[in-house]
Amino acid sequence: MKPYRANVMVCAGTGCVSNHSLEIKKAFEEEIQKRGLADEVQVVTTGCNGFCGAGPIAVVQPDGIFYQLLKIKDIPYLVEEHLLKGRPVPRLMYVPPEEKIHIPKMNDIAFFKGQMLVALRNRGMIDPENIDDYIARDGYRASAKVLTTMTPDEVIQMIEASGLRGRGGGGFPTGVKWESCRKAKGEPRYVICNADEGDPGAFMDRSIIEGDPHSVLEGMVIGAFAVGSSEGYIYVRQEYPLARERLVIAINQAREYGLLGDDIFGTGFKFDVDIRRGAGAFVCGESTALMASVEGRVGEPRAKYIHTVEHGLWNKPTCLNNVETWATIPAIIMRGVDWFTSIGTGDVSENPWGGSKGTKVFSVAGKINNTGLVEVPMGITLREIIFDVGGGVPKGKKFKAVQTGGPSGGFLAAELLDLQVDYEQLTEAGSMMGSGGMVIMDEDNCMVDMAKYFLTFTQDESCGKCAPCREGTLRMLQILQRITDGKGTEEDLVLLEDLSHYVIDSSLCALGGSAPNPVLTTLRYFREEYEVHIRDKKCPARVCRQLNVYTIDPNLCVTKGHGCGVCRAQCPEKAIVGEKNKAHSVIQDACKKCGVCYDVCKFDAIQIS
Amino acid sequence: MPKLSIEDLEKISERVRRTTLLREGAGRAKVTVHMGTCGIAAGSRKIIDTLLRLVEEQDVKDVILTTSGCAGLCSREPMATVELLQEAPVKYVDLTEDKIRRIFLEHVLGGRPVQEYALAVGSERTQ
Repeated sequence: MKPYRANVMVCAGTGCVSNHSLEIKKAFEEEIQKRGLADEVQVVTTGCNGFCGAGPIAVVQPDGIFYQLLKIKDIPYLVEEHLLKGRPVPRLMYVPPEEKIHIPKMNDIAFFKGQMLVALRNRGMIDPENIDDYIARDGYRASAKVLTTMTPDEVIQMIEASGLRGRGGGGFPTGVKWESCRKAKGEPRYVICNADEGDPGAFMDRSIIEGDPHSVLEGMVIGAFAVGSSEGYIYVRQEYPLARERLVIAINQAREYGLLGDDIFGTGFKFDVDIRRGAGAFVCGESTALMASVEGRVGEPRAKYIHTVEHGLWNKPTCLNNVETWATIPAIIMRGVDWFTSIGTGDVSENPWGGSKGTKVFSVAGKINNTGLVEVPMGITLREIIFDVGGGVPKGKKFKAVQTGGPSGGFLAAELLDLQVDYEQLTEAGSMMGSGGMVIMDEDNCMVDMAKYFLTFTQDESCGKCAPCREGTLRMLQILQRITDGKGTEEDLVLLEDLSHYVIDSSLCALGGSAPNPVLTTLRYFREEYEVHIRDKKCPARVCRQLNVYTIDPNLCVTKGHGCGVCRAQCPEKAIVGEKNKAHSVIQDACKKCGVCYDVCKFDAIQIS
Repeated sequence: MPKLSIEDLEKISERVRRTTLLREGAGRAKVTVHMGTCGIAAGSRKIIDTLLRLVEEQDVKDVILTTSGCAGLCSREPMATVELLQEAPVKYVDLTEDKIRRIFLEHVLGGRPVQEYALAVGSERTQ
């Protein structure tokens, strides 16, 4: 085989694919062919590179040059300049916000520099659809080591000592879970991978599976060996077609190589994995609801006092972990407990709850310059994630809050930016680690509206089995609606807080148990904003439209817009009057405050007060 | 496909080691062929072709071949820079297929720079 002298690694994560990265790949191949470089330069598709905001992305190796925001028309020039003549193309490189100098090398870009890759260790380095690429980077060595040289107890001890805690959000020590499952009576036992990532703005699990599906499979082999299972399920949501497709390919390849199936590595150990598709119900990310769904029943949770490690899938002992947890396992086996415990906070040598070890993957989205997927050591501050890795808030706006943990998490205000990110600190601040979604908000976001948004989500996704969650979240939502409509009263805040605690205390599962978190944290850190809505009937961020008063600046309307009349035509209430070339005005009594005029005016003549 | 043994995992790794190192940008040695317009006109394509053939022929896994632009000394093209790990880079000028073959065998694989083809040692780094 003639060797290649360069590899073009084209990101084929969902974000880049939706920005036409597969067409970019084709353009590369065609141009490389045209230039007679086809046997020198290989084009490879990889999983999510992480810097989704800069997509479509291609990294040229061995030089490590990072190209961003690629368009098909850029490719011929790029191929000629870089791959033929050896001159990297500055205009397609990354330029940090507020700076003028481009950064050629991927590893010099702040977004990548601040990260530490464990679960994402093969990110951008392998073709997820090629098992050999995974094996070349020490893939399946951990399962080989475990199966041939360790006992199940040794594996459990090792994972326990590493202090690894559930990356799905709960933070339960993985080793402790495995041990309870191993000790539980009943046969057969099952292992499950929870890939039902449902938080709005979260895409960690999806990216891990899309980019490195074998790491999850290998983790499951190790877990199955430890708990004594021969049958595993991956529960992946229907909305993740690419993830599922790559999983299917990975499972088939692993079976073909005998890394899944009977007698793995000739040790007699048998384990295989099957995929179950979820229908995209948020509640099915809850372990008991998930298991019900795998069984083919309606995805509803059950009371927690019956533990799934003893009575899980089909009432048999079941060990369920999240995608990221599974993907981390092989790294711990290969690199050891000391390495893993050297990263993170606290001390887990006595108590597995005593600290947060290792790294965590976060999807950073919202009002942030570097939207994307980042993996950082536990204990890093929110400030470092948001401003160093994330590049800060765009357009010079002021940072207002960060929402961690998805709809079950909470909002943290600017004064908490120096908080160290670990399980305990986030919980103490009223939020949670959750699966690792991080949504950044700036001064243009209304906190009451954001709380309403997340509660609308959980209300909608509540399965309805228990009354506190079903009815409680609905009543809370109604109150929030009232406040944002300008009909709230001071008593509403007390009622809201009381209701929140009732819902948390009496809901059957964690969905209801955490749904009020966005409300409670906004009340805790942004109470003033609620009060302005209630007392002054105003929304400081001008988001709650019912509290806005829309007027038209006659000067701008005439000088800039020449009385164009678009607002008048679009107003559903016919509340705008005026003539062509003359200033228009809003009849306040007729205005229903829908804000359409504001949206359609191209001349900024509609004013909100 | 029969079942893989642990040795087979190693064999697969070894087979794709070149690709792995290429993507990591890490190798024992790096050969940069200067491919500016001047270099291409003077025949640097033949030089890189020869190098690629040599890598294949000798089954070398840990040498990275790459290209860069004009080195600034257009009259002495084709040029190439050889960097061994922990050693100063050596620039070679006026290359031919035979010369680069000797450089590859003696310097890249053997570790002994070919003095008579070299322009300078340690003049600059490409990293």
